[in-house]
Amino acid sequence: MELIWHGILKAVELLVSGDTEVWKITWLSVKISGAATLISLLLGIPLGIGLALMRFPGRGLVAALINTGMGLPPVVVGLFISILLWRSGPLGFLELIYTPQAMILAQVVIAFPIVAGLTMATFQSLDPNLALQLLGIGASKRQMVWLLCKEARLPLLAAVMAGFGGVISEVGASMMVGGNIRGQTRVLTTATVLETGRGDFDVAIALGFILLTVCFVLNYFLTHIQQRGRTQWPSVS
Amino acid sequence: MAQCVVALGNVQVRYGAATVLDVPSFDVFDSEIVAVIGANGSGKSTLLRVLGLLQQPTCGKVYFRSEMAKPANCFALRRRTASVLQAPLLLDSTVYANAALGLKLRGVDREQIEARLQPWLERLGIAHLAARPARTLSGGEARRTSLARALVLEPELLLLDEPFSALDAPSREALLVDLQHVLPQSQAAVVIVTHDLYEAAALADRIGVLSQGKLLQIGPIEEVLTSPVSKEVAVFVAVQNRMSAERRSPRSRRRR
Repeated sequence: MELIWHGILKAVELLVSGDTEVWKITWLSVKISGAATLISLLLGIPLGIGLALMRFPGRGLVAALINTGMGLPPVVVGLFISILLWRSGPLGFLELIYTPQAMILAQVVIAFPIVAGLTMATFQSLDPNLALQLLGIGASKRQMVWLLCKEARLPLLAAVMAGFGGVISEVGASMMVGGNIRGQTRVLTTATVLETGRGDFDVAIALGFILLTVCFVLNYFLTHIQQRGRTQWPSVS
Repeated sequence: MAQCVVALGNVQVRYGAATVLDVPSFDVFDSEIVAVIGANGSGKSTLLRVLGLLQQPTCGKVYFRSEMAKPANCFALRRRTASVLQAPLLLDSTVYANAALGLKLRGVDREQIEARLQPWLERLGIAHLAARPARTLSGGEARRTSLARALVLEPELLLLDEPFSALDAPSREALLVDLQHVLPQSQAAVVIVTHDLYEAAALADRIGVLSQGKLLQIGPIEEVLTSPVSKEVAVFVAVQNRMSAERRSPRSRRRR
């Protein structure tokens, strides 16, 4: 218990004292996971909508692959991305291994199926007649999709939270493709692993506490948007 | 002379081997109200979707003001119609935002929307609900909002799918009375599909009877009610006195 308390105090001390390295690590974590989430949203939402609204050969297979991808182990993603980006690998010429870009790529592979799968489920839960009704009052197909997105904004925000939560908290892929290089690819999760390995538990707890705070602040903000004006359930006595 | 707004020519809709709609011809003219009645699963909603250019028939042609509907002009033609589907299907927004949606999609500016929408909200008795979230409305109020959303567009063709379904008797009666006043004011040609003869007779100039995807008879109300072309139509329009009879030619009588 004392250890946890010391860790919290250390975290406050590190943040208040403006420890440059901790701020750098925190900022890099947010930047990498934020970029990965954003790219995952740009790819995953259209794919999820397409899978929910369109019928094409192989749709079932793609949907099953996406659903399987929602539970991809980060360490396996890290392994395959490493093999691809390794100097002797097929994408070695890009020289991305041990860079933040490689970490973003690995995190996109983790978050993209989560976003696509949740988007697909969200759109499939909407009344199919709603799309028809919107067309029936003169919406173009693009306007119809935009209105459906607005209608599904609450579960879509849950997809954003799940995607970001999945990547900011993963360590396996970041460690394998980023290499945990100080000042370059060290993020909160990999730094926590390092400090724990060194036996610096108070610093590790402090980093863990900062990670939880970042997740909480973002999720609090998104939850606030999500829950604003939600349908009130009747109270059951 | 009234112009034809929408016409179907040899339209068929098939799902696999099943033909759900088979209509050789169907016309709706300016400012008239046509009701199509039929049992559940008779193809009424499919007919309405085809007329509203929301569903392409498997074969046959749809003409809107003599212009054949094709994928290239479908969107432009559809914007001259307005469909109200069976459920109100309102967005999670206010009554005003829902009713204004069609105009907003057409890029009409805010002042114009207000000027056009307010009279319809008043005619349909929902002006006092304008700021209410749509999810808090009763079934009747939601139905009136969905009707306002379509009527404010001043469409050339208005398509109503079971406008009174799932309403309690007083709400249904009140909406029926309001529609009797409101629909003629809209200037639109109107097609209503319903399974209720009473609703159809109260609103329509002509009635069509649809069964298993086939239009058995269409004509003025009196004609369909007094001279049904078949037993099936007679049963559906609730003709009480039905007698079996055999029709014979004068020659066969003489032979006797």
